[in-house]
Amino acid sequence: MIAIRADKLSKTYSLGVGASTLRDSLASMFRRRPTRTTLRALDDVSFEVEAGETLGIIGNNGAGKSTLLKILSRITKPTGGRVELHGRVGSLLEVGTGFHQELSGRENIFLNGAILGMRRGEIEKRFDEIVAFSELEKFLDTPVKHYSSGMYMRLAFAVAAHLEPEILIVDEVLAVGDVSFQKKCLNKMQDVSQKGRTVLFVSHDMSAVTRICTRAIALSKGSIVQEGDATEVVRSYLSSNLGISAEHDFSADANAPASEFVRLKRVRVVNEKGETFGSLDIRGKIGIEAKYEALQGGQILLPNFQVFNQDRVQLFTVQDVSREWHRREKERGEYVSTVWIPPNFMAEGSFFVNFAVVTYLPAMRIHFNALEAVSFDVVDSLEGDTARGDYAGKMDGVIRPILDWETSFNG
Amino acid sequence: MPTTVIEPCRSLTSVNLRELWAGRDLLRLLTLRDIQVRYKQTLIGVAWAVLQPLVTTAIFTVIFSTFARFDTGSTPYPAFVLSGLSIWMFVYGAITVASMSFVNNATLVTKVYFPRLLVPISATLALTLDLAISLLLLVLVSIYFGVEPTTYLLLAPIFILLTCILAVSLGIMLSALTVRFRDVKFLVPFMLQIWMVASPIFYPLGIVPEKWRLIFAINPLTGIIEGFRSAVFGYAPDWAVVIASTVSVAVIAVVSLVVFRAMEDDFADVI
Repeated sequence: MIAIRADKLSKTYSLGVGASTLRDSLASMFRRRPTRTTLRALDDVSFEVEAGETLGIIGNNGAGKSTLLKILSRITKPTGGRVELHGRVGSLLEVGTGFHQELSGRENIFLNGAILGMRRGEIEKRFDEIVAFSELEKFLDTPVKHYSSGMYMRLAFAVAAHLEPEILIVDEVLAVGDVSFQKKCLNKMQDVSQKGRTVLFVSHDMSAVTRICTRAIALSKGSIVQEGDATEVVRSYLSSNLGISAEHDFSADANAPASEFVRLKRVRVVNEKGETFGSLDIRGKIGIEAKYEALQGGQILLPNFQVFNQDRVQLFTVQDVSREWHRREKERGEYVSTVWIPPNFMAEGSFFVNFAVVTYLPAMRIHFNALEAVSFDVVDSLEGDTARGDYAGKMDGVIRPILDWETSFNG
Repeated sequence: MPTTVIEPCRSLTSVNLRELWAGRDLLRLLTLRDIQVRYKQTLIGVAWAVLQPLVTTAIFTVIFSTFARFDTGSTPYPAFVLSGLSIWMFVYGAITVASMSFVNNATLVTKVYFPRLLVPISATLALTLDLAISLLLLVLVSIYFGVEPTTYLLLAPIFILLTCILAVSLGIMLSALTVRFRDVKFLVPFMLQIWMVASPIFYPLGIVPEKWRLIFAINPLTGIIEGFRSAVFGYAPDWAVVIASTVSVAVIAVVSLVVFRAMEDDFADVI
């Protein structure tokens, strides 16, 4: 039986149309041809989900995941196409929506439950279960403004988890909270799907997607680029160039970065085994490899990488200072240089790499600098053995090393 | 099992009543939330709902019974003013609160679906507590001034119902317009000032020349306030005025729903 049938869904946003002023609207009524820039957030997306299936939706930022979820949960309307949903829909685009700071935990359970579409009788019936799940028995009559963010999330997810719709739509709810609570939430979602309910799950946490979902679709620029078995879709998403280009091949490119001495052929990001990978475990070594060709012999050509994070903060510049090469002339031919970033050094996030070849002696010369030649993601699968420890919330800092600690007990 | 179909556009006039009815629990909770929050954050709580109409009545009484006298027939002026003010303050409060209701609940609107109409309706309903308090005050003041109840009093609930329909309708329309056009936020207080002066709140309709009265009655508050007074103070209402204002309320209600439906679908995108 089909639970969700989406048929040629499209959503176009007119850019620059937000809350506007009366004057703008009146003015545009009299303009003959309104000049309008549009953004196609979803383009002709069709898929079906069987009842009882757990479908994962993956994709980069801006791929259309959120728009799709907003349409399915009826927050916004599509501009084209149609969706049929068979069964009650519950959506959790953000837990704790509608919580009011001044109200107590108890009052918020009822309010939030109603907002999520539960009937009063249902909430009353499940009230004790919800409270037990949240582990907040003692604070039920405290206004939630006095809760810590962890407590807040626990209460919010507890309500949401006890919503029992036939179709559950979940987006990134696991982004906050401690590791053990996240595990509990994931287990709860697995229970839901085992009871024959349909779950739509959007996450950046690929390991969660493979664990929970049976099937997955990958979105890119508003269209479905891959659909199938969750493990396979995730694997090919991680290794492919869906937006994140872990490999950039310049060998057939007539405009490849070059000088008369050296020409760039390829840059790629590799894992410990030397395979091209766009998404790397924070606990593993990360290699950045460049292949280039010395067009003439007799130059000291030094490979140089500059690594930036997504805020374009430059983390470091690294160049070949090894005994072997740093003052040695290179003869004509092809070279492959790899620099290894140690495990547990980078923070999570997306990174961009520039690759340059420079000469310092006898005179300084930058042969080329290929800006943002490759990019890669660093991910933490939250298994407790990284610099995070048992913390699963947002962690600041441009790097995240594991360092040595010494603590002495002075009595 | 319910089947939901999501498509680009529905017709402008259809309001999904079944969905509204299913949302009644939420309506009750949202209303309770608004009431609780409003009084939890204030120092003297519900006393505000008593003080506001009383003090305003006192001020109007001082001004208009010493400096400019209006002929209110056998009705004592304080009771006369309070009857008009009860209605006006409810409409005023409802419009002020409801027009900002979506903007204030933006996180709700962008994160979860529920019948959108519930937001301005609950904001208005939360104010019925204040209305009830000021009506209770009116009863006390009327007893104090020796106003005798008559059978006309049975008409009073009709006028209170009309007031509620008017307040909810305008609240619905303005809440939607405020999402789209933020100017409305500045326009509303200004329009309310004009409206207050144009309504027979502190003066009787009697001071308006006979031939202009029906035009005055296009203002729905004219018929409502005049009708309500006739019910409370026991005389026959001017039916022509009452009917004109009732038609006016009906038109406003329909227009409001259409405006709301036309804008509702884009809320999450523009808010």
